[in-house]
Order: sequence, then C-alpha cells, then structure tokens
Amino acid sequence: MTKLAETGVGDPDIREETLARSPAISDELSSIPRLLARNVAKFGGKPAYREKEYGIWQSWTWAEAADEIEALALGFLDIGLDPGDHVAIIGRNRPQFYWTMVAAQMAGGVPVPVYQDSVAEEIAYVLDHCGARVAVVEDQEQVDKVIEIKDRLPGLTDIIYVDKRGMRKYDHTHLTPYAEVQEIGRAARGRHEAELQRRRDALGWDDTCVMLYTSGTTGRPKGVVLSNRNIIETSRASAEFDRLGQDESILAYLPMAWVGDFIFSVGQAYWCGFCVCCPESTTTMYENLHEIGPTYFFAPPRYFEERITILTIRMEDAGPLKRWMYNRAMAFARDVGPKILDGKPVSAWDRFKYRLGDLFVYGPVRNRAGMSHVRVAYTAGEAIGPEIFDFWRSLGINLKQLYGQTEASVFITQQPDNEVRADTVGVPSPGVEIRIAESGEVFYRSPGVFVEYYKNPESTASTKDAEGWVATGDAGFIEEGTGHLRIIDRAKDVGKLNDGSLFAPKYVENKLKFFPNILEAVVHGANRDYCTAFINIDLTAVGNWAERNNIAYGSYQELAGHKQVMDTIQAHIEEVNESLSTDPMLSGCQIHRFLVLHKELDADDGELTRTRKVRRNIIAEKYDDLVNALYDGSDKVSTETEVTYEDGRKGSIKATLEIRDAKTFEVRPERMEAAE
Amino acid sequence: MNAMSGNYTTADGRKIGGVLMEMKNITLRFGGVEAIKDISFDIHEGEIRAIIGPNGAGKSSMLNVISGFYHPQEGEVWFRGEKRPTMKPYQVAAQGIARTFQNIALFDGMTVLDNIMTGRLSHMKSGMWSQAIWKGKAEREEVANREKVEKIIDFLEIQHTRKTPFGRLQKKKKKRVELARALAAEPMLLLLDEPMAGMNVEEKEDMSRYILDTNDEFGTTIALIEHDMGVVMDLSDRVVVMDYGRKIGDGTPDEVRNNQEVIDAYLGVAHD
Repeated sequence: MTKLAETGVGDPDIREETLARSPAISDELSSIPRLLARNVAKFGGKPAYREKEYGIWQSWTWAEAADEIEALALGFLDIGLDPGDHVAIIGRNRPQFYWTMVAAQMAGGVPVPVYQDSVAEEIAYVLDHCGARVAVVEDQEQVDKVIEIKDRLPGLTDIIYVDKRGMRKYDHTHLTPYAEVQEIGRAARGRHEAELQRRRDALGWDDTCVMLYTSGTTGRPKGVVLSNRNIIETSRASAEFDRLGQDESILAYLPMAWVGDFIFSVGQAYWCGFCVCCPESTTTMYENLHEIGPTYFFAPPRYFEERITILTIRMEDAGPLKRWMYNRAMAFARDVGPKILDGKPVSAWDRFKYRLGDLFVYGPVRNRAGMSHVRVAYTAGEAIGPEIFDFWRSLGINLKQLYGQTEASVFITQQPDNEVRADTVGVPSPGVEIRIAESGEVFYRSPGVFVEYYKNPESTASTKDAEGWVATGDAGFIEEGTGHLRIIDRAKDVGKLNDGSLFAPKYVENKLKFFPNILEAVVHGANRDYCTAFINIDLTAVGNWAERNNIAYGSYQELAGHKQVMDTIQAHIEEVNESLSTDPMLSGCQIHRFLVLHKELDADDGELTRTRKVRRNIIAEKYDDLVNALYDGSDKVSTETEVTYEDGRKGSIKATLEIRDAKTFEVRPERMEAAE
Repeated sequence: MNAMSGNYTTADGRKIGGVLMEMKNITLRFGGVEAIKDISFDIHEGEIRAIIGPNGAGKSSMLNVISGFYHPQEGEVWFRGEKRPTMKPYQVAAQGIARTFQNIALFDGMTVLDNIMTGRLSHMKSGMWSQAIWKGKAEREEVANREKVEKIIDFLEIQHTRKTPFGRLQKKKKKRVELARALAAEPMLLLLDEPMAGMNVEEKEDMSRYILDTNDEFGTTIALIEHDMGVVMDLSDRVVVMDYGRKIGDGTPDEVRNNQEVIDAYLGVAHD
C-alpha cells in the first residue's frame, strides 16, 4: 500500500479537503459502511445526495443518508437477510438505490445492480445465477418483470419496490414498499441493532463490496466480484490522481449496473465525501445537468457527439451576427484553446482574444452544456473522434480519456492533466502495472483487479493468471517517449498483412467513421497483400448534401453509386491514408482499393450485432464476390444480395458497383506536427 | 342486470360506489335535427364509463350535455342525488366535473406548467389585489397549488416538458398535458373526449395506462368517448353504445360485444 502513495501524482497544491493523502488506508476505512460512518462524523451536515422531485432539488445530508441506510439495513435483517445473501437492485439512478447498495453490505449481503432495461429473461439469468434473496426494484414495470420470472427463482423471498404507483391491486405476500421496509427496520431497532453492529464490524478488506454482471457481448454475462479493497483502493488512487475533494458534485445518470457508476457514485463519492445528484427522470438529464453544473463528469463519446450536433443545429438557426461570432470564436479556439488548457506558451494578445471569446461564446456554450464548473471530465468506452475531443477541449473543458474494464474496477490507464491527446488512453493509473504480450495484447495488474467471476472458476483462471495479471482482450502498445498506452483493436481481430506488417481493422474503421458521410466501414487485409475497404454512406449526411446541391436520387443504392459521392468518399479515404502513413506501426493499413456498398449493413441481415458492431466474418463470407473483386484488379463488379425486410420477408438487390483505387502514401515516421 | 342498480364489484376486484350522475330521458335538438333521442344512463362513482358509437352518433353532444355546454330540450341531469338546474359550463366545472377536448384546447404560447396551473383556477380564492402584489394568501395558495400540479406532472411523467411552450409539443404529449390540466382541477368526474384520437398502438397503450392509473390512484370517476373499440373494451367497466342519436346498447364490454344491434351498427347495416 505504501507503493501506491509513491506513485500518486506529487502535486503539492492539494486542497485541504482531500482526504486521499494518507500514506496507507487504515483498517478503520476498510468497507463502504465504515466510510459512511467516517463521512457522518466529518461532514455530517453536508449534502450527500440530491434528487429532483416535484420540480425541486431535495437533498439528504450524510447524517440523514446514514439514517435512511441504517433503517433499510435493519429492515433487511428483519426480513431475514443472511450474511452472503445477494440483493438485486433494478432501477434508475435514485438515492434509494444507492442506499440499498450500502445497506445490503451493512447487513452482510452483496448488492447486485442489474440493468433496468433488461428484459425479464436477462434478469432471470442474473437473479438465478447469483441466487438473489431480495430484489429491490423501482416501480410497477420492474415488479411485473420480476413476478413474471419468480416461479423459476426459488431463492427469491422478497420484492421491495420504491414507487407505489399502480401497485395497490397486487398480491402483497412477497411484496413490500421500500418505505415500509425502513419503517419495519426503525421499529425493530431494539431487536436487531446489536446484530447489525456485529455484521458491520465484521466487514473488512476482502469482503465483497459489489457484484457486477458484464454486459456479455460474447456468451452469457459473468458476475464480476469486486471486494472492498478493489473499490476503495481504486477510488482512492483515482481521486488522488485528479485531486477530487469533498466539494465535488456529480450527476449520476449512467446505468447503475455499470462499474463506472459504482466507482463514481459510490466508491469515489464515499472516499471523498462528495455529493451525488440524481436526475428527475431519464428524460430530464440535460436540463438537470445544466441546473447542477457538476465539477466532475463522465460520458461516453456518443454523448459528446450528440451535444455538438444539437449545438450546431441551433447555431444554424441563430441570427447572422451570432453565427458569425460563433464561427470566428470557435475557429480561434481550435488553435489556441487546447494550448491554454495544457499550459503551453501562448502570446498575451491571443490570451486576450481567448478571454474575449470566453466572455461571448465559450462561457455561454459551456453553460448551456452544463459544463461551467467541470474541472475533470472523462470519456471512455469507445474511441472518440479527434475533432469532437478537440472541440470540447478548445472550450476550456478538461476532457480526458481513460481506459478501463469492470475487471479492473474501471481504471487501467488515464490521461494526466496537460498530457491529453485524442489518440492515446493515457498512462497507467496509480498502482496499475501494464505489460504488453508478444501477441500485442495488453495485460494489467493492480489493486483493483477483481476477485473472481462468481461461480465460474474456469473463466476466472483463463482471464487472471496466478500472479494477478489480467488479459484485456485488446491489442495495443506503449508509445515510446511519452509512456502513453495506445489501444489498436480487439486482440482477436488484429492480424498481419502478407509483408508482415500489422493489420488492425477497427483502428482504421474508426478513423473512417469519424467522417459524417461514412456510417460504417469494413476493412479487409488479414493475410492479403494490401488493405481494402467496404464503405457504407450515411444517408442522413449524404442525403442532406445531395439536397443542398440539387442532386436527385431515387434510392440509397443510387445515391451510394453517384460519382460525386464516390469522389467524396475517395477524398476521405486518402485523408485517412495520409494520416496512417505518419504512424510507422500502422502505415501498412492504408487502403488501396475500396467500394461503396449498395445496401446498408443491417442487424436484421446478421451483418451487425444488435449494438451495431460489425460482424467481420459473416460479412466477408456473404460478400466474398465483392472481396475477390477488390483483390483481382477489376474496376467494377456485379452482385446480387439477399436482404431481410423489417417484417421478416426476404428480397434481393442487384447492383453493379464501381471499384476505385485510392492514393497511398510513403511512410513518414515523424508525427504530423513535426512534419508541418 | 344487477350492475345497473346500486353498488357492484368489477372483474378486477375494484368496488364501485353508488350512482354519481344520472341522465334521464335526454333529448337534444338542433333545429329539426335530433342529435340525442330520449337517452337514459347512469355513471357510478369510481367507474370508467365509455360512450361509443360510429361517427355522428351523438357521442360528443352527450359529453357536452354532461359538461353543461349544451342544454337538452327534454330530460333531466342528476348529479350526486340532486337534479341539476340549467347551468353554465363554469358552474358545472365548479361542481367537480372536468373535461378534455377532442381538439386540444390549451394555450400554445404558455409553458406546460402554466397551462396545467390554469386547471387550478377554480381552487384559487385569493383576490385580484392579493395576487397582484404576490403577498400573503396569494403566495401561500400558489405554492400549495404548485405542489398539487407537480404531483400530477410526476404522475403523468411530463417533467421534461415542464418549461416547454405548449405549442412546441408533439400531439401525443399535448394529449397528456390536456389530461394533466383536467386532473389539476381534482374533479369528481372526468370527461375525456377521444383521448386517443390519432395515436398509434403504443401511444394508445400508454394513454390507457394513464387513464387506468388515474382511476386507481385518485379514485376519479371517468366518462370517455372513444372510436377505437378494442381500447374501449379493455379499459371501461361499462359501455353505452349510441347510433344515430339513439342508445342501442348498455352494459359490460362483453354484453355489448355480443349485442346484435351494436354489431350491425359497427358493420354498417343499411338504415331504413
């Protein structure tokens, strides 16, 4: 543990409230309920939770929250929860559910948050696998799902619901309202207090803090067991890294079953003692974000893209003066903003102009986006487009990237302030060791490494070795000089071209997809002489362009084959090639030939997964005539493709597709900035 | 049929109270046209009562009679055991009857919140001067009313549109706000004029849930007019069927469904 402290960033400018400075965490703080007790003693009167209800932000102080949690924990004891029993939690982010997580642990149980939009079948699998004893759910909708599967879950004795609406007519043999469980708990305090105290005192570093089911892109979901040590050590290290303190506020809006939400809204919130704010409903998130103005914020790349789209559309509707101001200010910010944020030298005149822009444009934009007070913002999950990333940074928002997994209690790498770039995921988080295997796969070892997959020793053994190294399944490399990790692709997709150079299709596809005109891209090249690509145009973007340029088209297919569209796509591909050529490791992935597909890749045809991930092998098989044409040098190819309509009927599309050669570039090993 | 007289219990176990409103031999004429011909029926406390029928059957006219907008030439309207004299619509509203309209009738330029607050007007007692200087009673009243309105906003899940001008909403949301405005008056009897007109199946299901929950949560008696037979049969406890101004059926959905005259009316048998 002392090693941890040494690896923390040594910035002397630590705010006083930051508790995260002690060299080793004492056993007094070895569980979430113990952290709760400390927070009550230290910040009892400060807000711990806020939720907007009936149009007003309601708040609970740490002392009040502790009271609610204890009442619930006593209620759990009264309904007979035994140590080690699992408590499933199904609902959107609300204080009641965060309390449930802590109360369950306090009573000796294990909280298991479940994705609230799961269908009854998926919930049945999770509840059956963990053998849940109690399910705490939000409302009638969730109650209905659990009742539907209850017959198959002999272990489930109690269902507790928060929202009473529409529940009156239900048979209440196994159903209890949340508030009533707390009432029962309060009334039975005399009987159960000593036992609760005993169970709370028995909790330590190695007891399970939470169990989270991975989303399961391959096979059945697995239950990742995270101990108090995992969560608390990771929360402390990451809080130190970004100097998070008691006065932060966050908006809890990401699914509670996701590890990130647990780390931010429980781990770090309890470690630092900051306030967790819950939105009024899932649809009011933007508005609530604006009202709260969090200081610490996390969102997937899609979120940041969406906000820019909204902003751009609004600006197009604005008056000419405002539009002119916005365009000028933003063009200037793109140059200067990130430099100022990174503390690089900027002339006084530019600084002055940036101030001016801040007054009229950047400040108001930040304010509308609810980012006025953001000190640290993270994005993770997928690659973020460099333009999108730079847009937010140029506004003066400290947006950074991190790389993580459920199995690591989130943090594997993250970007330190002033070392932020779109193409890396940062340096190893404090306490994390990283190793790159021969195959290019990234391995890590850290105090946050999960205990096991619940009831699944084979998977545990194949993921985590005896020394505690965990395979990420991603291929990447540590950049020389900076020590930053760069993720290339899923390890199983990475291959070699015939000349032995690295082939990382997803990396290239992501680069292509950053162009609004390109919806999907599939890159071929494993065990071939060179790379080629299938492109899907984005009908919204290209259709919009066609409308503005008076280009008539009758169908997707016709638009996709239009000469000017082909020219545009070719320009995009050549741009990507040029950027690839600056990277010695990936320059082999430049695209030599391409075609624009005559139909959109579709999950109904099995070409994409339901989460819109490309199914490479199926596409290569289905369109093997097209792939062959890309490699045999022909300049057009005729094909017929079977399609499935939404109502399940099948039909076919015939098309003749043009194949084009794209310009490729000599390898220029310098980075772009250096070359300019 | 025993359901017609006194209290009864529905299939899903809800206890229905005594007669809340009774229409006795109502006849309504517009010049020489008889829109409603000698119709009688009652509405019990706590039930969901539907009035259905093909276009031009006189359903909306009937609703307008109940809400006091039309005055029938013959017949009597009894409400809570008393015969109702000829009243203006606002007097009817003050008695505890609220309604929604087929063609949504709210203020486009006002926010959703303000629109729903107008539903509380009949409950505001403070005078104009007190309201103008916004002190004392007026302020307390506004806060209390706002609380009621917020509960309804929460109930109908329209928090995200609270501050949106009403005119900018989609049609289905407008219908929900319209319902919210009617509920804000805390009516004893709620009249819904085609609450699901122009909705797709999913939206209809949502609306049905709100109607059922309103009935369940607030114990509001509901009388509704609807075109869509399927929805009506699922939703209501008892149904009145009208055709060409006459009542051709009255009873539980099952009874009505098997009524030959109703089937004819809906399948379009030629009238003599």
